[in-house]
Amino acid sequence: MNILVLIKQVPDTEANISVSGSKINEGGIKWIISPYDEIALEEALRIREKKGGSVTVISVGTENTITALRTAYAMGADNAIHIKNDNYNMLDSFTIAEAIIKAIGDIKYDIILSGRQGSDSDNGQVPLIIASKLDIAVVSYAKKVELSENKAVITAETEGGQAVYETSFPVVITANAGLNEPRYPSLKGIMASKKKPIDTKDLAELGVNIESKIEILGFEPPPQRGKGKIIEGDEPEQKARELARILHEEVKAF
Amino acid sequence: MSKVLAIGEISAGKLKKASKEVTSIGKKYGSVNCVLIGENAAGFAAELASVGADTVYVSDVKDYAADVYAKAIKEIIGKNGYEIILIPHSWTGRDIAGRLGALLDTAVISDAIELNEEGGRIIVKKPVYSGKAFVKLKIKSNPQIITIRPNSMGIEENAGEGKVENITIDISSAKAKITSLNSTPSDKIALSEADIVVSGGRGMKSGENFKILEELADLLKAGVGATRAAVDAEWVDHTLQVGQTGQTVSPNLYIAAGISGAIQHLAGMGSSKNIVAINKDPDAPIFKVATFGIVDDLFKIIPTFTEEVKKIKG
Repeated sequence: MNILVLIKQVPDTEANISVSGSKINEGGIKWIISPYDEIALEEALRIREKKGGSVTVISVGTENTITALRTAYAMGADNAIHIKNDNYNMLDSFTIAEAIIKAIGDIKYDIILSGRQGSDSDNGQVPLIIASKLDIAVVSYAKKVELSENKAVITAETEGGQAVYETSFPVVITANAGLNEPRYPSLKGIMASKKKPIDTKDLAELGVNIESKIEILGFEPPPQRGKGKIIEGDEPEQKARELARILHEEVKAF
Repeated sequence: MSKVLAIGEISAGKLKKASKEVTSIGKKYGSVNCVLIGENAAGFAAELASVGADTVYVSDVKDYAADVYAKAIKEIIGKNGYEIILIPHSWTGRDIAGRLGALLDTAVISDAIELNEEGGRIIVKKPVYSGKAFVKLKIKSNPQIITIRPNSMGIEENAGEGKVENITIDISSAKAKITSLNSTPSDKIALSEADIVVSGGRGMKSGENFKILEELADLLKAGVGATRAAVDAEWVDHTLQVGQTGQTVSPNLYIAAGISGAIQHLAGMGSSKNIVAINKDPDAPIFKVATFGIVDDLFKIIPTFTEEVKKIKG
């Protein structure tokens, strides 16, 4: 199996995000592989371990993105492609998808794996755009992937339950939480990853239309919530009854 | 005034509330028509007309196939020149929106919580980093496709003509076919649609103890949620997880029981209109975002609270 994994580098989910003017302050942020993409990579590695083949990771971003690709190497990826974009915008799914399509070119991948969404933009469009443009199947929110010679059976989250999909190759699969538990990179893997080659491609040289289809007007912090009210009482039962009264009479929540 | 197309959804034999929400929002920006694909779709046209739909394109199909749905919707948009496409930010809505954008060569903005119009362009406000910050942006390409976070903008009654037009959809051309479907019982409320969410964290101590939250949730017609800690401990299924790497919810009332309020969890529920925090630890970060807080043992508070709700509801 020849597998491509789409990787996005994002701020650590523990990170506090602060905004100044129309930008996110990047100082002090630790960068990680987006959690869902990490699950996608883990699944790719497990497939390779069972079926053989190779795992290539690809990421679009500034020079900084190489860190995520090295982490992918440390986890066990075979090849890494970096599409360098100095004007990278984490919200511009369309440009990211077009860059990846150009980089794929004529290479035949059996499976393209990706997280269901980046934990920065929370868009979740890149894998869908790629599949639609390449006119191949895509199954979103996978929780279980089973492969045989010529078909993939994928259990995925859907509206109000789970669906089992059947499809032939090539297929794009987006990983949901619960698909697997990603491994930690080994020390040996981390050491080896530093010497692995990164295949860097320039966005403009790939012939991607860099005219964005979206325009960012500005970032802002979340609205401050008013100071809350602590419900006091001598006994827990008294507090519970007062809470019910407030929610019923004042908030009219029920 | 723009020509707006809203995409509705049917789930478990019912019209999803978010279908009416996107239609109602669409009405504010011009004339709105709807697409509704699913079993007995025509039977829900009147509901969509009550919030503004002039024409409802229906197709009575049983199976879900996002690629086929997206192609059918693309045809409708091409024929009628819709300028703004509004889709619920749900499992299926997200699955269709990205494909539709690719087919039409236009950008999609996901998970909008506020819209404003400026010269035919929609200024969209959406959370990024799961709600740790917000961004305002607009689409420069056409049509403008936007997915709307359920419950974020509300529904206004506003009668439309409600004409029904049948469209044909051939599911057999789907690239990935559903071979079986395992539905959760239809009496359970979808987290993203719920007006009230009752959530439990590490303080619940076991999966068994979630029963007291389920009992309360049934009574309030609420959805049940959980923190990552509760999911990782395998007390509940991860489909209940609220927060970064889980679901984002914005109900009218969010009850957090035994939840400390890790930043990843706050990201997923911080836009709830009213937040109730019940926790023994007065220093728990959840109290910083709580509208109402009780510093006490949840196992003493929840049962009495449930009894009290029963009395109120009669």
